[in-house]
Amino acid sequence: MKTIEEINEKIRRGEVCVVTATEMKEITSQLNPEEVVKEVDVVTTGTFGAMCSTGAFVNFGHSDPPIKFKKVWLNDVEAYAGLAAVDAFIGATKPSETRELYGGAHVIEELVAGKEVELRAIGFGTDCYPRKEIETSVSLEDVNQAEMVNPRNAYQRYRAATNSSDKLLRTYMGTLLPNFGNVTFAGTGEISPLNNDPEFRTIGIGTRIFLCGAKGYVIGEGTQHSPPFGTLMVKGSLREMKPEFLKACYFPGYAPSIYLGIGIPIPVLDEEIARALAVRDHEIKTTIIDFGVARRQRPVVREVSYAELKSGKVEINGEEVRVSPLSSYYMAEKVMRELKKMIERGEFLLSTPVERIKRTEVFKPMKQKEIKIVKDVMVKAVTIEEDSSIETAAKLMIEKNVNHLPVIDRENVLRGIVTSWDIAKAVMKKTSKVADIMTREVVTVYPEDPIAIAVSKLEKFDISALPVIDARRKVLGIVTSEALSKLLGR
Amino acid sequence: MLLLLRFDAKTVREPIISLTAIKTGALINILKADVGARKGELIVEVPEDKAKEVLEVLKKMGVDIQEITKSIARNDNCVHCGACVSICPTEVFYLNGENKVELRAEKCIHCGACVKVCPTMALYFPI
Repeated sequence: MKTIEEINEKIRRGEVCVVTATEMKEITSQLNPEEVVKEVDVVTTGTFGAMCSTGAFVNFGHSDPPIKFKKVWLNDVEAYAGLAAVDAFIGATKPSETRELYGGAHVIEELVAGKEVELRAIGFGTDCYPRKEIETSVSLEDVNQAEMVNPRNAYQRYRAATNSSDKLLRTYMGTLLPNFGNVTFAGTGEISPLNNDPEFRTIGIGTRIFLCGAKGYVIGEGTQHSPPFGTLMVKGSLREMKPEFLKACYFPGYAPSIYLGIGIPIPVLDEEIARALAVRDHEIKTTIIDFGVARRQRPVVREVSYAELKSGKVEINGEEVRVSPLSSYYMAEKVMRELKKMIERGEFLLSTPVERIKRTEVFKPMKQKEIKIVKDVMVKAVTIEEDSSIETAAKLMIEKNVNHLPVIDRENVLRGIVTSWDIAKAVMKKTSKVADIMTREVVTVYPEDPIAIAVSKLEKFDISALPVIDARRKVLGIVTSEALSKLLGR
Repeated sequence: MLLLLRFDAKTVREPIISLTAIKTGALINILKADVGARKGELIVEVPEDKAKEVLEVLKKMGVDIQEITKSIARNDNCVHCGACVSICPTEVFYLNGENKVELRAEKCIHCGACVKVCPTMALYFPI
């Protein structure tokens, strides 16, 4: 049994034994927990990954005459100004209004690198804050506080991603190739802070941490905290941060984000803590989920361990699929080694948490008004067979007052679609069969899809109706943009 | 040697790769193919010792040939995350013993998939 104060005393005397989590795995494979407690005082854990829930509070000081921000932009990225006069929160994923591939993350990166950013603001023009607009440029030297405060960082583990659909998906989990073309995952597994303290015994409110090179603090459980998918809320000063441990990024088709290096020292106080520090990748389980289904409950493809994910290949449906990590183990190692050095040099003392973080918490879904699904809005489709004549198609459209005819075979299986526009084309081309003019690549929906999916498909492909089919591609009905507009009151 | 072959409306109708393989005995590996009714584009890998022969035969049959020499490169924005690893069709990228992303540039076929995928925009084609 050791105390944090005893360890700090050793740090001050330069006698502390610090190892990185990677080194610790070697040690725990050779020594029993009792011996580990005797030998090792502190283990540095680390992660380096894209953490979207990141941002910074900045106080810019008062202008003359003073202004109360109504809206404020830094390098054309809007910051949240619903605070006191010249306080603002710049969020990492907010895109620039003028520059592509640039966002709040890049603003934070430039500030930490010592660069100036353009500040543009409009004010309310009140009696106490009469000024209505201001433009200037500021660096970290010019502002007052510049504190990174991140609602959710350092995910303990995360669901890996794949894509069963036939389209390439650009997501916050990176680019997912069609037909289970690849798997991506985040988190550093056995060296990640929370996997080494799953009971939150030493990582709690007030724990001093390494945040991008700065001495930061855990200030609470992170949003969506739900062990074993635990998260942390953290803070640290931008001024103390080192550019090396913070990197703005951009996930195509999603948003800007930011790579952060977070290191947390774990004091080896007793055998229970030593045992937890022996955790290995094969024991850390997560699931691979399918982003091909655009629902909250994305289907689980399979369970998987971090050891399998880190091997670079996993098996899905009997086939080998290549895996991309999204977190950098190389940088996580650097974080752990840097923190180890800081402790050994006596620059970083450990702190006792003032309160423990909850070990059980449920991550609730959003309370929503009833979700409407395609089945609720679809109507019976007027269909036609592919060997029918153009005249038959034209007659059907006029008689039934429709613009779209799904084309089916004798089994009612969807083969194509013809629209009134296709009929016009047929007249011009002087063709006679429906099969000659129909569109064969039909965009479709399933009856259980939420209508938001139908709307986004109509918009994405710039079309006005979608045949509704079942798994065997049999036509069940049709949804039209008119029906959806009426429902949504647009 | 990596070659970018362009076929026009006439050459795209001929079984040129098969003919070239039979005539030269070269094992031609097709890495990327985009063939339509009026034109086509292939990226192929040809063994170095047969390259000269293959080039001659292809040229004779009227195929437009371009050798691919400059492959993918990286700047110091790279944080070694590995997002590119599973995207590259020819496995150019891999994590080394230190968990750093390394490039086997000689395998690159210029498809550009990784350039769009890299979150820190560290990958580019040198001009």
